[in-house]
Amino acid sequence: MELVCPAGNLPSLKTAIDNGADTVYIGFGNETNARHFMGLNFNESKARQGVEYAHSKNKKVYIAINTYPQPSVWRRWAEAIDSSVRIGADAIILADIGLMEYASKKYPKLNLHLSVQGSSTNYEALEYYYENFGIKRAILPRVLSVAQVKKTISNTPVDIEVFGFGSLCVMVEGRCILSSYVTGRSPNTYGACSPASHVEYIQNETKLETRLGGVVIDSYSDNETAGYPTLCKGRFKSMGSTYYALEEPTSLNALEILPELNSIGVKAIKLEGRQRSPAYIKTITKTWAEAIKQLDRGSYKTKKEWNQALAEVSEGCQTTLGAYHRSWQ
Amino acid sequence: MKVSLGPVYFYWSKKKLLDFYKEIESSAVDIVYLGEVVCSKRNQLMLSDWLNIAKRLKDAGKEVVLSTLTLIEADSELKRLVRVCKGSEYLVEANDFAAINIMSKQNKAFVIGPNVNIYNAPSLNMLAKKGLKRWCFPVELSRVALQDTIKEKDKNIEVEVFVFGNLPLAFSARCFTARAYNIDKDACKHKCLDHKEGLLLSTQENKPFLIMNGIQTMSANSLNLIGQVETMREIGVDIIRVSPQFTDTRKIIKIFKNRAENLIDSNTATEKLRLLNSGPYCDGYWFEKEGMKRVKSA
Repeated sequence: MELVCPAGNLPSLKTAIDNGADTVYIGFGNETNARHFMGLNFNESKARQGVEYAHSKNKKVYIAINTYPQPSVWRRWAEAIDSSVRIGADAIILADIGLMEYASKKYPKLNLHLSVQGSSTNYEALEYYYENFGIKRAILPRVLSVAQVKKTISNTPVDIEVFGFGSLCVMVEGRCILSSYVTGRSPNTYGACSPASHVEYIQNETKLETRLGGVVIDSYSDNETAGYPTLCKGRFKSMGSTYYALEEPTSLNALEILPELNSIGVKAIKLEGRQRSPAYIKTITKTWAEAIKQLDRGSYKTKKEWNQALAEVSEGCQTTLGAYHRSWQ
Repeated sequence: MKVSLGPVYFYWSKKKLLDFYKEIESSAVDIVYLGEVVCSKRNQLMLSDWLNIAKRLKDAGKEVVLSTLTLIEADSELKRLVRVCKGSEYLVEANDFAAINIMSKQNKAFVIGPNVNIYNAPSLNMLAKKGLKRWCFPVELSRVALQDTIKEKDKNIEVEVFVFGNLPLAFSARCFTARAYNIDKDACKHKCLDHKEGLLLSTQENKPFLIMNGIQTMSANSLNLIGQVETMREIGVDIIRVSPQFTDTRKIIKIFKNRAENLIDSNTATEKLRLLNSGPYCDGYWFEKEGMKRVKSA
């Protein structure tokens, strides 16, 4: 299985490669990708250095250009594709079909992957991208059970990559505009969810409130640790109760079902977190690379210390199998 | 400019649905979208029931479009989709690329619903070659984006804009209604039937925020673009879409239809909607602002 790790800058990319990543995925420093954060990501020159470093170690770099361009800014996305080709990226990860057409016509030899932001959750949808653009791989949204992933794999010629670890989207990726409803900026249009520019922490007499775009996402008493106000992970009121109505602050961790994912034919495991520090990248890459090595030796057993290391860098210090297990749904 | 009625997002009883569409037969609406688009477990109406409703609406002079499921995961859902797409004498609204793929393989014309991410003219023009007849503009985008797209798109593609109702904001594998009752999705007992306008989610300050509707999350504020109908006509919108409401849908359709035909002015239409007590409203997306904001009152 291929291990695909995140990097938001050159030190993170090198850290991932040095700690066992087969591939690193990156993005440019603008809204052309779904981790458009201040001070994060690559310009063409840094990206080129990243690709050179990876290739010198026989590793690969994929470039995510996975947001949806609107008419007035289309050129910027097309340039990101051109730039990826110039620097020798091993694949680009797209969601928009207009861009897919542009890339497949202009660069017929370029490897195209369908981003998780493309929201494809079944083999009929994948067939569209395969027949029209010749995509080599698709990253599935974090909404399918293992049985559904298996069914999809057995009915498509497209290689399947799934998420193994990281911040968990509760909604189908690409099909959630909660963030722009509250802040005007969403993953689809701007490459950001619950952007920091719209976050406020307000200390009242009794509580610390977290707000996004002025909307109260959560509040914390003195003995609670305040979390970042990602809007699907707040506490809201319904039918008389205040609770995590959509999801708790938690991260996905699929280590426990790694052998199953392997046996059903998953080709690559993706780890989330381009916005995180090199220390985070090191922890998750090392842990997963070791797990995959064990798997290849045929003697896999999830180690307690792996889960512990991953929990420490997780949201709310807790993890879940998410939609892979039916009971989460 | 025509007026359409979108698919019912909520889970209503069979009786309510039959009564609802009976009323629509004599309403001012031009186009009606029929079918379940949120959850495949909702079974008050079977495909044959929907087709009976379709027949009656067609006989009443309405154009009928069969809407399909938005999130397709299970094999049973794909099979049902194939049945609708292959057997239909009606136009089909694709709400996922699975439906687009099935329709284009058959060389059949189709409509794209508001939850498929088509954000620019190159995407539209590519789909036009595959049979795209009509595009419902994504609710997240602005007037500016629409205007720019209309200029570059294939002239044959009709443009439809969602103008009234709770916004469809997100879809998940998780059922939030079942979660609210602390029960499993697989044993949900069809709790959505008890919430004819969804389940309100408020902030800790008791401000209405979102609506949970099974696996769908909607805005608690209702989109209302009545004041923009004139602009839409000018920039080349062909159809405006009203989303079904539990009450007053016929009246809302009439107000938009009268406005679309310029029989009443914008202020009168706005006031008539206000009297139906259908707010609070939002319109931010149209004006390149936060979707929840109300930028213009008329």
